[in-house]
Amino acid sequence: MEAIILQILNGLDKGSAYALIAMGLTLIFGTLGVVNFAHGALFMVGAFCAVTLSRILTLSHEVVDPTRTDFLGNPLKVDVPYAYDWFGQATGDAIIDWAVPLSILFAVPVMIIIGVVMERGLIKHFYKRPHADQILVTFGLAIVLQEVIKYFYGANPIPTPAPQAFASSMDMGAALGFEAGQIIYPIWRLVYFVFAAIVIGCVFAFLQFTTFGMVVRAGMADRETVGLLGINIDKRFTIMFGIAAAVAGLAGVMYTPITSPNYHMGMDFLVLSFVVVVVGGMGSLPGAVLAGFLLGVIEAFASLPQVLDVLPGLNQIIIFLVAIVILLTRPRGLMGRKGVMEE
Amino acid sequence: MTDQTEQHATSAAPAASSATQSSTKVLGLGPKDFKLMFLVVVLTMAAPFLLNPFPEGSAMAQFNAGYPDLMQRFVIFGIFAIGFNILFGLTGYLSFGHAAFLGVGSYAGIWMMKLLTMNVIPAIVVSVAVAGVFALIVGYISLRRSGIYFSILTLAFAQMSYSLAYSVLTPITGGETGLQPKVADPRILDGALEAGASPRANLFGLEMGAGFEWQVGNWLFTFNAGYYVAAVVMLVAFYLSIRIFRSPFGMMLRAVKSNQQRLSYTGLSPKPYTLAAFVISGMYAGLAGGLLVAMDTQVGAERMFWTASGEVVLMTILGGAGTLIGPVLGAGLIKYMENILSKINKDILHEWFFFLPDGFENLMVELVYPFIGKGWHLTLGIIFMLVVIFLPGGLVEGGQKIAGMFKRGKDADASKTTPAE
Amino acid sequence: MGILEVKGVNKRFGGLQALGDVNLSIADNVCHAIIGPNGAGKSTLLNCLVGKLIPDTGSVSFKGNSVLGRSPHEINQMGISRVFQTPEIFGDLSVLENMMIPCFAKRDGYFKLNAISDVMAQRDMVEKAEHMLEEMNMANKKDMMASSMSRGDKRRLEIGMCLAQEPSLLLLDEPTAGMARADTNNTIDLLKQIKDERDITIAIIEHDMHVVFSLADRITVLAQGTPLVEDTPENIKGHPKVREAYLGENSGH
Ligand SMILES: Nc1ncnc2c1ncn2[C@@H]1O[C@H](COP(=O)(O)OP(=O)(O)O)[C@@H](O)[C@H]1O
Ligand SMILES: [Mg+2]
Repeated sequence: MEAIILQILNGLDKGSAYALIAMGLTLIFGTLGVVNFAHGALFMVGAFCAVTLSRILTLSHEVVDPTRTDFLGNPLKVDVPYAYDWFGQATGDAIIDWAVPLSILFAVPVMIIIGVVMERGLIKHFYKRPHADQILVTFGLAIVLQEVIKYFYGANPIPTPAPQAFASSMDMGAALGFEAGQIIYPIWRLVYFVFAAIVIGCVFAFLQFTTFGMVVRAGMADRETVGLLGINIDKRFTIMFGIAAAVAGLAGVMYTPITSPNYHMGMDFLVLSFVVVVVGGMGSLPGAVLAGFLLGVIEAFASLPQVLDVLPGLNQIIIFLVAIVILLTRPRGLMGRKGVMEE
Repeated sequence: MTDQTEQHATSAAPAASSATQSSTKVLGLGPKDFKLMFLVVVLTMAAPFLLNPFPEGSAMAQFNAGYPDLMQRFVIFGIFAIGFNILFGLTGYLSFGHAAFLGVGSYAGIWMMKLLTMNVIPAIVVSVAVAGVFALIVGYISLRRSGIYFSILTLAFAQMSYSLAYSVLTPITGGETGLQPKVADPRILDGALEAGASPRANLFGLEMGAGFEWQVGNWLFTFNAGYYVAAVVMLVAFYLSIRIFRSPFGMMLRAVKSNQQRLSYTGLSPKPYTLAAFVISGMYAGLAGGLLVAMDTQVGAERMFWTASGEVVLMTILGGAGTLIGPVLGAGLIKYMENILSKINKDILHEWFFFLPDGFENLMVELVYPFIGKGWHLTLGIIFMLVVIFLPGGLVEGGQKIAGMFKRGKDADASKTTPAE
Repeated sequence: MGILEVKGVNKRFGGLQALGDVNLSIADNVCHAIIGPNGAGKSTLLNCLVGKLIPDTGSVSFKGNSVLGRSPHEINQMGISRVFQTPEIFGDLSVLENMMIPCFAKRDGYFKLNAISDVMAQRDMVEKAEHMLEEMNMANKKDMMASSMSRGDKRRLEIGMCLAQEPSLLLLDEPTAGMARADTNNTIDLLKQIKDERDITIAIIEHDMHVVFSLADRITVLAQGTPLVEDTPENIKGHPKVREAYLGENSGH
């Protein structure tokens, strides 16, 4: 039992990331009818928003510390972050420590701007073009985005720690009433899961309960009819693209303490996220979320040593295997609608 | 819809040739195709000269691409892209997993070299065959879906192959270290190696690494046996692809791309045609994989990674999907950038902009630097986006547009009489 | 016993009963028109005949063999060709190539890997296709890209492609919809000529009563998924039920 719970928990954080990216992908696909291969890159850009903010917060200047000397006996020069100057040492430290969560505030506007610019500047012109062209141009854009990031931040992963308060692990076993010491789980992963659940909940609530959302959902079901009603659907779709970009960006921001961001992390996630979208059913939001968590958890179970003893390497291929089986048995994925992307 | 102009070019050609009757055929090719084939033969055969236009030691010498390793890559990836184009260019099915067939071909080839002989012929033949069988299995399953579902299925198969080759199948694939022929391998057809000699790939004794250099003034030209073997194979592959494009089979594939529904209601199931195209293009990939092994006698799993599959897509689109010569051009361009552009560093840039005042020199170097050296992918991504946005028919369409501009300037009347326009 | 027998066919789309207990028998060698208001289920009925849709219940048999459970290309091979409501042709291919594909289909049947010989060297196929284009009065357009033609020409080409297969049953879904009067008359002449010269059964869906009464030997009126009456054109013209269901709808436009 403990082992099973542990694996489910282990699958949740990756599953959350899959679900968040896949949700954005399928939102864009469902509303704009565009297959966005640059969506993984948006996730990656989000992660680098966190890197950027923590770099800004730790910008330092040199001051001479009169109370200490170096080994030659001269007064020691130390780097002092500007944050200390502005907020005092204690608050400054706290702010630097909380750089990743604070990045959310920074990333949301940045990502929305990137998303809107992307949609108005590029994607808009591809609505009427074949899906293959959309895939190709966004694939090109993804390459450009990741190369730009590589140019500014280098090719190596950049460790970006979680706040001290969340950096440790907690004993979930004890918390859930099992034997202590059986289910040790890093707190940040739990935070990530809760965060993802909140974001997903917000997006669903937004689509479900606002007029804006209702129009968008109607547009997802039947774009032309809504257009005929005289509703300016294009503007709403631009905003939707911005939101999808923000969701991907947030997924990236919060993922930085789990995996140190590097410039190609987006592509790695994109490939799997596409599998997730397709398994969930193109254009289906609940499908994307369900498939995201499902595949994350399945992957975790396939990584159990007991499983790997019997079927070595299963963890590497399980997602693809599941995808193949589902696509062949359920052509439209778990919750896909008929007639979407089948021409 | 976007590649209409392109399709237009390929489909109008046979129709036009019917007017001039088939009697003017050479080697089974119409006059236009024959010209193209002839041009490609001349270019590949003279490549050691053409790719080394700059004298040794000159500032431009780093743009020379006429060294064996790179020339081999040009033709081998040309084959890969030609094959990919038979699937994507003709049927419109976008496979995101073709590198798997290349990788499988390479592994099959290297095993022939380990077990049978260092002669490249069995290696290449078996590469093609094994890749073909693998493509048949993957294609049979993946083609049950179309559109993005097909793309994802092929991607899934390829990533699975990569992961398996990297981990579980280590006894067959060498895992992370890959495979290369060892002195101790059985090689039942070859005699024992001389003491201290290492196994070398050869064609009936002619070593792939063999060659000679020819110094003309400051120019140094390298003629390499391996390159010429690969080039001849590429020419055969190119010739076959022309024949496929012009054949009834090729027409059916274009019909699949154009309107599957009409094809079904004309009594033809699209599936066997697309599957045949898939297998043929998988065999081309296997051929490319076998040749890679024949040239550098080593394999690693990374050549099956999905980025490698993405690369052949880039090559084909960049050059012009659905055109005959486009994929070869695309492959050449990308491999050139990968090998030449990526080697330029800041010192070289400073040399180029030496003539500018210091401030400007530094500025120019800073401006250009992100796009070259390690940043060559950025240039590639930008070029690729520009091509998809403005030239959906790839470089070939660009060439045609430019040629059209010149033509129109010359004789406005002549173009009017072409009915297909 | 007609060449095509439709018995008790039902088809629902979610809550919508598109076809309700359709019985239809089309006799050999006649031109049978199916008319009815928009949304009556005419196209849906054709879709059930050619394997695009599978009826929920009922049977469809052609020359005594059931077509249900067969894929579209198999049904086509049994001798049913279909012209669609919006022209379905190979837009990226030349007109001649469009016409050659049914010629190949007829000869090669299921699948033949002929990847080396030149398509234009198949003289018999090329000649047959060119001959067919001449019959359709399109020989001068043979090198055009099919997608660049007018809608009337596309429709003409599609009819020609179906005829090139020498089907026993030709299904036409609103062949003159959206056509200019002159084009419509051309199409009527063409279809009349086909009817007279060939051993062929035609089922035609049509809104234009001029076309229907010029061509049809028998007429079935479909309303809300159910056949209302079936009779000769003369009798249909004066039928009160038809006037109500059909003209009533028409006057609403
Ligand atoms: N694939 C489908 N899915 C859902 N409803 C359909 C589908 N095809 C047709 N319908 C509906 O069935 C009814 C009959 O349509 P159709 O057969 O096209 O009518 P028509 O007689 O004008 O050709 C219409 O109300 C149409 O909206
Ligand atoms: Mg209809």
